[in-house]
Order: sequence, then C-alpha cells, then structure tokens
Amino acid sequence: MITSEVITKSLSEVGTTVLFVLVGTILLEAVLYLILMRWLKYKYALAFMLIAPAVVGLIALVVYPLVWEFNLSLTNMSLRRFKNPSYIGFGNYIDVFTEPVLKQVGFFQLFGQTIAWTAINVFFHVTFGMILALLLNREMRGRGIYRMFLIVPWAVPQVIAVLAWRGEFHYELGFVNIVLQKIGIAPVQWLSEPVANFAAMCITNIWLGIPFMMVVLLGALQSISGEYYEAAEIDGANSWQKFWQVTMPLIRPVLTPVVILGTVWTFNNFNVPFFINQNELETSDILVTALFRAAFQYNQYGFSAAFAFINFGVLLAYSLIYLRLFGGLKGAYE
Amino acid sequence: MSQTDLSINTAATAGQVKPRRHSFFYAGRRDSPFKRLLIHAALWIACLIAVYPVLRILSVSLRPGNRLLSTDLAIIPANATLESYRIVLFEKPFLTWIWNSLSITVATALIGVILAATSAYAVSRHRFPGRSPMLVFLLTTQMIPSSMLIIPLYILAVQLNLVATYRGLVIAYAVTAVPFSIWILKGYYDTIPIDLEEAARIDGCSEIEAFLRILMPLSTPALAIVFLFNFTTAWNDYLLARVILGSKEELLTWPLGLQRLQAQFLTQWGQFSAASIMVAIPVMLLFLYTSKYLISGLTLGSVKG
Repeated sequence: MITSEVITKSLSEVGTTVLFVLVGTILLEAVLYLILMRWLKYKYALAFMLIAPAVVGLIALVVYPLVWEFNLSLTNMSLRRFKNPSYIGFGNYIDVFTEPVLKQVGFFQLFGQTIAWTAINVFFHVTFGMILALLLNREMRGRGIYRMFLIVPWAVPQVIAVLAWRGEFHYELGFVNIVLQKIGIAPVQWLSEPVANFAAMCITNIWLGIPFMMVVLLGALQSISGEYYEAAEIDGANSWQKFWQVTMPLIRPVLTPVVILGTVWTFNNFNVPFFINQNELETSDILVTALFRAAFQYNQYGFSAAFAFINFGVLLAYSLIYLRLFGGLKGAYE
Repeated sequence: MSQTDLSINTAATAGQVKPRRHSFFYAGRRDSPFKRLLIHAALWIACLIAVYPVLRILSVSLRPGNRLLSTDLAIIPANATLESYRIVLFEKPFLTWIWNSLSITVATALIGVILAATSAYAVSRHRFPGRSPMLVFLLTTQMIPSSMLIIPLYILAVQLNLVATYRGLVIAYAVTAVPFSIWILKGYYDTIPIDLEEAARIDGCSEIEAFLRILMPLSTPALAIVFLFNFTTAWNDYLLARVILGSKEELLTWPLGLQRLQAQFLTQWGQFSAASIMVAIPVMLLFLYTSKYLISGLTLGSVKG
C-alpha cells in the first residue's frame, strides 16, 4: 500500500530540507568569505570557513538546546504551564532527590537499579566476549563460520532484536518460558514481575552486546605476538598465569577505552529497557527511561530537565574518576 | 545511539592485525582432541544462543494465521505460509514506512558526510586557534545521553512548528552524527602524507582543488564508512522520530511502524515478524559483508607511525 502521493510527499520534504541546508551553507560561506578573507585577510580564514557549517549546526542543535534546557530546569514548565512558566530557582534539583521522581519510585532506587544494570551488563559483556574471543583465537576448522554466526546479534537492527525479545518473554507463547518448562523449571512472569522484568532487560542486552566485545577483544588478542607466550612458557607459566600476566596487561590499552565506552553506552541505553518494559512497570525503570517517562508521560518538563542534568552529572563524574584512576584515553587526541 | 553506530570507534583502537604466528593457548603445541571437542561444543552452544532468537522471528513470520499462538519450537512451522508477508506488503503501510526511512536516511547521510569531510580537513591540515578545545568538545558530545537532548529538541520543535515534519529530523540526525564522523575522517586524513597535496599546490592547484582532487579520492574508504555510520544512525533511530513525528501513520519510519505492530502482539505477531525479517535481512547482509572491511579500514586510519 504505497501511493505516489506518499512518495512525492516525503521526497519533497526531504528535498526542501537539503535545499535549505545548501542555501544556508552558501550564505554562511559568502559572509565568512567577505569578512575573513577579503576584509581581515585572516591567516586561518579557509579553516574557519570549512568548519563553520558543522560548528553552526552543533551550536544550534547541541549547545543551544543544552543551554536552553538548563534554563528550563530552573522553571516549573509542564504541559499545564507550557505557555507561561515561572522561575523557581534550583527547586527542581532538590525535588529530584527528595520527592518521588515518578509516581512509584524515587531517585535513589532508580540510581541503584541503573548501577546494577550497568555493572551486570558490562561484566557479562566483557566476560563472555573474552571467553569467546579466546576460544576463537586459534587455528581451527570453521573459525570464520563461528565468527559469522556469533556476530549475528550485533548485525540485527537493535529495535527489531529488542521487540522480538519482548515477544519471546511472553508468559505462554515466548520460547524462553517454553524452554524453561521443557527443562522442568516453572515459567516466569517476565513482563509483569519487576525483578523478572529487570532480568529480562539484562538478558536481552547481554545477548546484544557480547558480539561487539568479542570482535574488539579478538582483534586485540590477534595483535599480540606469540613470542610473549613462548617466553612465558620457558619460565614455566601455566595457561591461567599466561592469561593474567601476559594477555591482560597487553590488551589493557584496548580494554580500558572499551570498558569506559561500554559503561557509558549501557548507562545511556534507552532502547532495551524501554522496549522490553514498554512503559508498563515503573519499578524496573533505569534513569534514562525514567527521564523519558517524567518528560513525556507526566509532562513535567522543568523537573525532567533538572533530572537530565543530574543524570549527566553522574555519568561525567564516573568518567572523570575512571580516567583519573586508569589514565585511560591518553593520546586519544593530539 | 545503538551499539552499531559507535562500534567502529573502539574497533579502531584494536590495533593493526598482524599475520599470526602463534596464538594464546596454542603457543608451540597442538590442543588435545578432547580439548578441541570441548571448544567446538562450547562454540556450537554459543552460536545456537546467538542465532536461535533471530531464527524464531523467521519461524513466527511463516506461521499460518490459525497456528500463530502455538508453543511449537520448530524453526519451519507446520503448514508454513507467506500469508503474513502478503498482508504486510499489500495491506499495511509497511512500504510507506520503509520509503520514509529511506528518504530521511539518504538525505541525512549526504549532509552528514559533506559537513564532516570539510570540517575534518580543516582539523587535520590546519592548526587554527581553538582547534584542541573543539576536538575535546566533539568527544564530550558523545557522552550526552540522547534522552537528555530529546526534551529541549521536542519543545523547540513544538515552538518552531517542526513537529510531524522531516525537516528538523534530518538536520538533527546529520548534526548529531557529525562529531564522531569528524573524528574518524580526521584520523584517516592524518595518515595521508601532506606531501601529495603540496606537490599538487606546486603544480598550480589551489588548496581547495588539492583537497577535492587529491585528498578526497584517497579517502574514499573512510568516506564510505562515515556514510554508513550516518546512514545507520538515522536508519535505526526510534526515540527522536517518535517524539518529533507523533503518530500519523503515513509519516512513520519503520522502527515506529514495527513497534506499532508489536504492540498488538497477539493478533499481529506474524505480521510484525514478517516485517522484521524484510527489514533485517538486507541490513544483516550488508553488515556481515562490510564488518571485516569496516574494522580493517578504520584500523588503518588509527595507527599512527
């Protein structure tokens, strides 16, 4: 069911957008050309002209909205006061900690759940990713085929994978409960019990995230020269010692940034908790889904903005502490 | 952001893959047959866990209407039929959703690549004042949760009358993908010796000509990666599209449409699955085909002499 009307409508909308960007860019460049090149004869005129469109875009769509959001967080704007919000200072920031953030849960419960969610996911991603990478890092028959099958969860579009998993957590019809019953375990209410729901979120996300870790760690393992292991063997090291004394220190430069990034992604992961839960259980929310609920279900925009900045603060604090402790991303830019 | 989007970044840090002489566990001696059996068994189980949920989608999509709610675990169900595919293709606005996604995504990728290619050139070849702070700023933007930017973007879109249009959406996707794209392209440009451009300048090219004629053709692989990255960012996005586009059926992109089908789980599970298979198969083939190339292509760019 696709009509020519639909085709032309979206084409013309997208076309005008591209045209708009093009015209805007040309105007911007013309102004910069006249000012920087012709008038000031500035040494770096060309560099500034080249970065200008991206910088203008980032200012308009990242910096400005964030500044605006901070301003919003100082007001009591909500759906009811959409047109005439008033300033209430830092009251929202205090409310996040003292009032229940949603109807049933408060900040500290959500915070604890988010920590648990992040820790569980990153731990299993790294552990299973490492095990599979070690298993694959040898000459054997079918290595390429195993690798291809193992990265399937990463290749499926995430939205599809998560929605399909939600179906499979159905009490009667999903394969998870059917398999559990076959091996003699009572079926679980994955979608309506808070703890089971949280477990379902974790299972889905672990399934999704292992292949990425595996591929990255496999790449790192393959770059280790065999001579290190030979030397360790001559010194009488067993497999366990070789892993902890040779492999781990050598792949640390890869592992550290991947763990930081993995933590940030998991902390910010919206799709998995949101789709598995589908806005049903407040009690298994994590911070980012609670933020969405506060903003778009309860329509408390000012409060949600304050909540968003507190979430960002938590993440920023984590990253800074981690970088300080492990000296991670040194030399990432120069 | 989905993991696919950023994956490339860390894959790049994985270091260059050298020809292997020995590997861990393997140094100098062969595994015993029993150990090899165990390893293959473990990998078999892992593959089963990785692939079975995806095969289940296929299985459900082939079920005839009267057996939709069965508890059968077989991959090809009894009386398999393509009825669900027919319904999705001809009775649901599935093709409209795909078309909408496709036009948004292609426009996003084009704008994103152009923005990133020029900015990355400036960052790689010029030491202009404010360059380092800008690079740090670009990295920091990657830490902003998407759900944090959604609130102001939504309210601003309401105030600027951009709700239920694609205009704001395309620009927002292109711009949010720019920081990461600039980092990738900068890394790649840095590996291309500036001598080539200087030679062209001596032969009478202007700087812009040298960039367009020498550097751009040489960085085609990186440009392709950035194009793909922008493409997947927009193609897989749910959150921003949901907030901006609202609920008019003919405006939806495929993630919104599929979520709608999934919501009527008991009646439309087969249709949801059929639609999922039709979206996922091309994406998966493309991904599996390019994954090796993506990782090795980026590794080249990230290793500095």
